[in-house]
Amino acid sequence: MAALQQRWIVEVEVMPKRGVNDPQGDAVLSGLRQLGFAEADRVRVGKLIRLDITAKNEDEARSTGQRMCERLLANPVIEEYELVVHANDQK
Amino acid sequence: MHVGVISFPGSNGDHDALHNLESDLGVQVRRVDYRETSLTGLDAVVLPGGFSYGDALRCGAIARFAPIMTHLQAAAQDGMPILGICNGFQILCEAHLLPGALLRNRTLRFHCFWTYIRVERQDSSWTSNLTEGEILRLPLAHGDGAFYVGDRQLAELEENGQVVARYCTAEGAVTEDANQNGSVANIAAICNEQRNVVGLMPHPERATNELVGGGDGLKLLRSLLLAVPA
Repeated sequence: MAALQQRWIVEVEVMPKRGVNDPQGDAVLSGLRQLGFAEADRVRVGKLIRLDITAKNEDEARSTGQRMCERLLANPVIEEYELVVHANDQK
Repeated sequence: MHVGVISFPGSNGDHDALHNLESDLGVQVRRVDYRETSLTGLDAVVLPGGFSYGDALRCGAIARFAPIMTHLQAAAQDGMPILGICNGFQILCEAHLLPGALLRNRTLRFHCFWTYIRVERQDSSWTSNLTEGEILRLPLAHGDGAFYVGDRQLAELEENGQVVARYCTAEGAVTEDANQNGSVANIAAICNEQRNVVGLMPHPERATNELVGGGDGLKLLRSLLLAVPA
């Protein structure tokens, strides 16, 4: 029997690579300090991309997300990324 | 000579480039739509400034996949002079026709003013009419203009002579203060190894006539007349 197509949510967290300037993160850090959050040591601002994907299983959903990252979603010169995959329970 | 200017959705420097290449440089121009699939008949191509696809995801990241880009890749390999200005530079980096990437200005502000750049190389297709050490005064207009490459690749670029121009003072000193957007090594322009593809953040096409405040951009663009036999 052919495997059923299932719906998945792939969350891609894209962050500036170590060593890459993040002036936005620096600005947020100085904002937090001004609010009195002396505990804040460092801030990096990235982005979260949430994809609804149809795939046979979790591995396939992950590898599709991976290929999307390599082709478009992240630029390896300046960014690194992580993927989180979970089942999409929404009807 | 025929120069093509590629219009992407969100380009805004295309009309400046078309008008000034025609009226001030005196070449024939053609607006190339991003959906076209041929660059036949063109001797050189300009990727203009602007905000292609509203800078969605990253500047130039979506434009890179426009139908015309496959043909631009081939033309680049064949040695055609290709100039990416501002957003055009960002697109060329995203398309891997040039190394590196452009990051948010370190000031987090949109920069819109005249700047000075020092020409580092005259052996690219777009700087042959200039001399090494020459200082140009050009306008710039960008929010994401901080050129970035990692240390190892920067060393490679320097060694290969791919750094074409750097931000400098009016006197030509390459200082930290002159590097307002925070580019590595004050880099304002680079070229590929073949030296026919050049990307730069300031706008030479907006400085082709004293009527608009300066003509240094025309000096740079005149290189094309040397690079391509009439």
